[in-house]
Amino acid sequence: MTTLDTTPVAPASRAPSGSGTRSRHRGAGMPTVASPRRSTGRLLSSLVLVLVAVSFVVPLAWILLSSVDPAATVSVGVPSSITADNFKAVLTKDQTFLPLWNSLVISLGTALITVVVGVLAAYPLSRYRMRFQRGFLYTILFATCLPITAIMVPVYSLFVKLSLLDSTPGVILFLAASSLPMAIWMLKNFMDSVPVSLEEAAWVDGASSMRALGRIVLPLMRPGLAVVLMLVFTQAWGNFFVPFILTTSAEKQPAAVAIYQFFGTYGSIAYGKLAAFSILYSVPVLVLYLLTQRLSGGANALAGGMKG
Amino acid sequence: MATETLVAPTGRGQRPRPGSRRLRALTRSTPLVPAVVLLGVFLLGPILWALYGSMTNTGLTGYRAAKPEFVGLDNYTALLSDGDFWKSAWLTVVFVFLSAVVGQNVLGMALAVMLRIAPKPLASVVSTLVVVAWVMPEIVAAFALYAFFSTDGTLNAFLGWFGLGKTTWLITFPLLSVILANIWRGTAFSMMVYRAALSEVPAEVDEAAQIDGAAGWQRFSRITLPMIRRSISTNLMLTTLQTLAVFTLIWVMTGGGPGTQSSTLPVLAYQEAFKFSQVGYGTAIATVTILVGAVFSVIYIKVLKPEVD
Repeated sequence: MTTLDTTPVAPASRAPSGSGTRSRHRGAGMPTVASPRRSTGRLLSSLVLVLVAVSFVVPLAWILLSSVDPAATVSVGVPSSITADNFKAVLTKDQTFLPLWNSLVISLGTALITVVVGVLAAYPLSRYRMRFQRGFLYTILFATCLPITAIMVPVYSLFVKLSLLDSTPGVILFLAASSLPMAIWMLKNFMDSVPVSLEEAAWVDGASSMRALGRIVLPLMRPGLAVVLMLVFTQAWGNFFVPFILTTSAEKQPAAVAIYQFFGTYGSIAYGKLAAFSILYSVPVLVLYLLTQRLSGGANALAGGMKG
Repeated sequence: MATETLVAPTGRGQRPRPGSRRLRALTRSTPLVPAVVLLGVFLLGPILWALYGSMTNTGLTGYRAAKPEFVGLDNYTALLSDGDFWKSAWLTVVFVFLSAVVGQNVLGMALAVMLRIAPKPLASVVSTLVVVAWVMPEIVAAFALYAFFSTDGTLNAFLGWFGLGKTTWLITFPLLSVILANIWRGTAFSMMVYRAALSEVPAEVDEAAQIDGAAGWQRFSRITLPMIRRSISTNLMLTTLQTLAVFTLIWVMTGGGPGTQSSTLPVLAYQEAFKFSQVGYGTAIATVTILVGAVFSVIYIKVLKPEVD
């Protein structure tokens, strides 16, 4: 993740027909008539991919390069000298540690509440047939689709009425509720793929359904749990709009809001510090994403949870 | 829990014994309670509140904040005759259509296909970069793209190499800038969905068509696309709804401006409520937005009929 410049792209694209990757699907023992066309296709798509890589890498490179540039501007450029001053300057309690701590509290709280409540709800939905089940699941699916951030204005006035404004638990509960539909839906799908026969054995042995859930089902759906936990945590960590609306005092604001306030105040002169803080703020979720990928096979597990 | 242990439930599809049926149904649905409470208070609550709030003249501060009056459908009639609202609705349609339906989906699909053909090292570099743009916090992405498009930013510096003069992208073409930014930010999602979908298409089908003489594009459009159409429509719907709710990206890059040149509905709702202190009016805009989302969701559920058991 740290070598985000374009250098690794170039040598790879120079060998469009080489390397042993072509045997993935079509058998290697079948270099059919279509072979020359395929290698042009390969060359073409490699070229396009290099272009895509460049356009994606440039804004990212701006963050990386500016963070070590003593005279960073809005334009990407190789720094004339490398400095750690930007990082040193932002690594203070008010600037970085407190906002990041607030982000951690909010995201972890949201993720834990969502997953615990979500697992509890997913279990009966996955294992039993209940009268209101179809209706409930359709409602969940419907809620999954709603553009929740679009209703932050009424949420604000509701929170004023409930005196929940500027309260961290209030932010956590709202974020948990808004990520719950997706979490229940995914957790139910993951749970459906755990065979019920194992629990039946436990039931026969006298275990209660909650015990069976905790001892048998959850351990078997660990990758699914990790995916949902990561997804909810990342969403909460990156959420700007909700805490921006619902918190007012600086000491309760998470990093997303702090960085916005900072940029609003000093942005035009302090791009280097902005970039340094952006990195400190982004690295945790990037690392978390990598960890979850290792743990669960990544994109396919995500897609598995979203089937239907 | 006692009933659970006496009569071991054998899972789905089995009819419970008549006597204890009601009690059992109650015990079984107990774990749903926390979810129902949370969703009821913090999700259904705001939506119902929005319906009510949009019929008041609530202000942000002062007298109208403390003692709002019920004004019926006044906000909605004002909305319907408000040029800013219709302009914003149109901007939202353009933004969603070009950045989600066209941009993210087409680029996501193209990437998914090309990543399968391209040499592996290149493929993994590209997919990593695209995914990083999506995993990083939205506000950081927004700052990076703001810098990219700003007048002294990278895009103009790059165009300068070809002798092109500076364009004030965020002021002259605010909507185009945020559309491109949203494609940059969100394509990873479509790419991952389509990669997963493509990997489930059996290679034999493609090979059979190849033996029958179908060309590459024919095989893709006649065989692969129809086979993954469910993923396509699901993804179209999800990206549409995600994009409908985009706020941060636009807010940081253009602030909805200049004027209201890039105020999509969520941005307009925010501006009305917090800039012009018209909380009631802003709530009406929010209600309309959520209604649009609701209509899309219903269409999605009706058309795709996702399995819910």
